[in-house]
Amino acid sequence: MANMQMTKTPMPEQDPNVRNHNFKEVTLGYTPEMAMEEAKRCLHCKKPLCVGGCPVNIQIPDFIAKVAEGDFAAAYEIITSTNALPALSGRVCPQETQCESKCVRGVKGEPVAIGRLERFVADWYRENVNAMPQKPESNGIKVAVVGSGPSGLTCASELAKKGYAVTIFEALHTAGGVLVYGIPEFRLPKAIVANEVEKLKAMGVEVMTNMVIGKVLSIDELFDEMGFKAVFVGSGAGLPMFMHIPGEELKGVCSANEYLTRINLMKAYKEESDTPILVSKAAAIVGGGNVAMDAARCAKRMGAEKVYIVYRRGEAEMPARLEEQHHAKEEGIEFMTLTNPVEILGGEDGRVNGMKCIKMELGEPDASGRRRPIPIEGSEFVLDVDTVIMSLGTSPNPLIRSTTPGLETNKKGGIIVDENEMSTRENVFAGGDAVTGAATVILAMGAGKKAAAAIDAKLQNK
Amino acid sequence: MYKIVRKKELNSAVTLMEIEAPFVARKAKAGQFIIFRVDDKSERVPLTIAGYDREKGTVSIIFQKVGLSTELLGSLNEGDYIQDFVGPLGKPTDVEGKKRVCVVGGGVGCAIAYPSAKAFKEAGVETDVIVGFRNKDIVILEDEFKEACDNLYLMTDDGSYGEHGFVTVKLQQLLESGRQYDEVLAIGPIPMMKFVSKTTEPFGVKTIVSLNPIMVDGTGMCGGCRVTVGGEVKFACVDGPDFDGHKVDYAELMNRNTVYREREAEVRESHKCRMQKMAEELIK
Repeated sequence: MANMQMTKTPMPEQDPNVRNHNFKEVTLGYTPEMAMEEAKRCLHCKKPLCVGGCPVNIQIPDFIAKVAEGDFAAAYEIITSTNALPALSGRVCPQETQCESKCVRGVKGEPVAIGRLERFVADWYRENVNAMPQKPESNGIKVAVVGSGPSGLTCASELAKKGYAVTIFEALHTAGGVLVYGIPEFRLPKAIVANEVEKLKAMGVEVMTNMVIGKVLSIDELFDEMGFKAVFVGSGAGLPMFMHIPGEELKGVCSANEYLTRINLMKAYKEESDTPILVSKAAAIVGGGNVAMDAARCAKRMGAEKVYIVYRRGEAEMPARLEEQHHAKEEGIEFMTLTNPVEILGGEDGRVNGMKCIKMELGEPDASGRRRPIPIEGSEFVLDVDTVIMSLGTSPNPLIRSTTPGLETNKKGGIIVDENEMSTRENVFAGGDAVTGAATVILAMGAGKKAAAAIDAKLQNK
Repeated sequence: MYKIVRKKELNSAVTLMEIEAPFVARKAKAGQFIIFRVDDKSERVPLTIAGYDREKGTVSIIFQKVGLSTELLGSLNEGDYIQDFVGPLGKPTDVEGKKRVCVVGGGVGCAIAYPSAKAFKEAGVETDVIVGFRNKDIVILEDEFKEACDNLYLMTDDGSYGEHGFVTVKLQQLLESGRQYDEVLAIGPIPMMKFVSKTTEPFGVKTIVSLNPIMVDGTGMCGGCRVTVGGEVKFACVDGPDFDGHKVDYAELMNRNTVYREREAEVRESHKCRMQKMAEELIK
């Protein structure tokens, strides 16, 4: 008998005024009872639309049926037959625009909490079984994966399952890409990412850190000297943008990438870490995406009394997930929308001591289809802040395209690929943000998966 | 993990280490840098490559113990391992198409000036070197420099060794005497690079400086190392570290390099406890 409750089974969370002082995970996950109860809300549609909404096509009703029966191990097998990283995607996917947006239960009331159930199953498995996967029989064919973010990890996992000898090359000292340097611990615990990487290693994937491809080895050398038969480039979009306004060079101004890398990768929030971090009384985060929300919530946790999100469009236009906006507000982040910085002000000590902003109004839609913000003359005011974190977006790093002859990129620096994620270079495939520019974790995972299938087809002459 | 295969104290504050890092050694060129991290809790710190041995697969670094991480590194010995060592990063020194250059090094910056001087010399460029130190006790690499240039001018601030005066005094003399350079390359403390650039400007001599801003990743993903050159924002880790010395905003660079000064002082205090703890555990 289906559970006809109109709303999702609530998921417990840390109290906002407690969690905004710690880096522990905000959402606490379902208990087995909650998961089984929520699973019973699924109507098991004959033609499940939710599956089409998932970029990696998880067999959603099938795994949910197993959850409803309490057979969590079977549910895990179903999910991982198509999705390599459920503990991650269950947490950071924007389900509201993907699987859950297609759920019929969402027509009247809330959709089935597919993301929460996926996360529950993955967490349950890790805590209760945590069997490392078997190493598949090797076919001896070497494939290189450049970058260990979501697209690279997924591509490596899919190829390893098929028996390829996969080596991941990562530039930083820890594998995970944005999952370790960008998304904070309170949204995605790093132990979970590390566990996924361990599983890959158990499958025979070699992970080489401190390897900046384009510097230490070129793509050509991966083929010619190292003997790789195909290369997947999942190097992401890590190059931060700045506004180029006066005062941006002052002490106390940094990119969200720098701020988050110091906190998440270098663990600057921990007492014992040697990496310093800006200490702020009042911080402004410029931008309205998920990265801006992450930076703002980190600043609050690092002790800032006032934290502002400064965004030039309105709240309705914010690209950040609604859930993240909601969490940020609960934690005391103040939203200053229709506001744009024009100058960062500093004292004689060279430190930020304010930010001059101008009020905006929305005009006609621009090329992106969003209404263009226009400054309101004479509306300037000074925001009292000592830290400014620029979260204006990122673009693909030029290192690989500038060192790989014949690899074509578009004018935004994204690698040009065909419908099979194949680039303009023979046997070089690419996916994720390196192709699209900054997008989502799950789209990167989908691209990694698709590329793995294409690499297999190419190398096996299928 | 990366093994320390050789350690040599060059003077009381400056240490040379040779690190086993075959991939870095394969590609390293003068002017490029590495980033090291001693252990799990350590920060990432950039250091210029002082030398490399492609056959042995080793890379040399020379560092001054100026704070937490360099002291931690300096406390390690031959046979010990460090957690991370990534490179080569940044663009190499451009040695092409020059007939005569002058390489100017200041203090521990001489460790960086040395491989560049050597690279010029090996490329067949006539190379003068001016090195400056506060006093006789901290002179490093004198013999190495002699090998790597045509004329070596060694200066000390107090005249206790070599000639008396700053490097700029000698550079001014050489330029006034009519010596022609296609390029002057200056590496050292920021004020020294600034004054070298001021010295060459009236003579219209192209001057390159090797900048040392704060870095985190060293691969172009954070902009922590951004500097203003000719009014444009550049990331020193990927666009540099070498830039046109006549166009660099030195005041801005100096200001930005002090952003964590208070925190660094604090950490150094608490770090002493960590070193103490490590020592006590070793004794146990």
